[in-house]
Amino acid sequence: MTKAILARKVGMTQVYDELGRVVPVTVLEAGPCRVVQVKNEDRDGYNSIQLGFIDKKEQRVNNPLKGHFKQAKTKPLRYLREFRVDDPDGFTPGQEIKADCFSAGDYVDVSATARGKGFAGSIKKMGFSRGPKTHGSHYYRGPGSLGSVDAARVFKGRRLPGRMGGWRRTVQSLYVVNADAEKNLLLVKGSVPGPRGSLVEIKESVKVK
Amino acid sequence: MDLIKEVEKQHLKEDLPQFSPGDKVKVHVKVVEGGRERTQAFEGVLIRRQGSEARETFTVRRVTFGIGVERIFPVHSPSISKIEIMKKGRVRRAKLYYLRKLKGKATRIKERR
Repeated sequence: MTKAILARKVGMTQVYDELGRVVPVTVLEAGPCRVVQVKNEDRDGYNSIQLGFIDKKEQRVNNPLKGHFKQAKTKPLRYLREFRVDDPDGFTPGQEIKADCFSAGDYVDVSATARGKGFAGSIKKMGFSRGPKTHGSHYYRGPGSLGSVDAARVFKGRRLPGRMGGWRRTVQSLYVVNADAEKNLLLVKGSVPGPRGSLVEIKESVKVK
Repeated sequence: MDLIKEVEKQHLKEDLPQFSPGDKVKVHVKVVEGGRERTQAFEGVLIRRQGSEARETFTVRRVTFGIGVERIFPVHSPSISKIEIMKKGRVRRAKLYYLRKLKGKATRIKERR
């Protein structure tokens, strides 16, 4: 069965492993989530489940959405996200999904909206090198030459300064250090995109099984 | 932030002795050598305590054969089996970086009682 859950990023800290080594971890408040809709090949053309996370006040939900939640027999939920699954028959609407669907030692992919950096230069955005600071260079953080004179134009795909961040990023193959269904906690080794308090999607790793 | 404290709580040591910068301490560290575990002691002056909760560290400085050696230990690390306090020192600042410039008799610290 495919594993997936929604979570809120709490922040980072460090824990010790059994050998006494320091492990940097991101603390995620994962679930409890509800399956709100199950889509299958016959009816919808593809297999997926829709998960809801964090309760929402009844009065804040519009009528179409109210009906949607009523069908799944769940309370209104703030966030709805869809996950592709191989076998949708294993899920039923209204089913609860908790942090223990993952266990320590698993590998996961984590997706979230990265922090917006605003208009960033080519050094910060693309990792270009800087020019010399001294010896009268007058060229510090520019993007360099944009191409040949002969073409008389700039080729498509030229990496230039511009908006950075604020888009969806996925970090692959993160190690699960601990999963606690009672406290709804998931500890993942390393960093996760986005600021504290933001919504993250956690899926089984595509690369490491 | 409370959830982070919850996570860190499991890794905190409860039987920590009181120690502060200026103290002369002996740190017993577990080292694994060729599959065998033994304890190694590092003795010196505590010159810094930094950070909080599970992320807190301290720095111990000692001078061996005229060469200053500083080691940074996580306070709550399970590989530290014991922290022995040899002498309490009376100092007037929290970070004793000035000791790095001094040698011999000048590095003495008054004892607190």
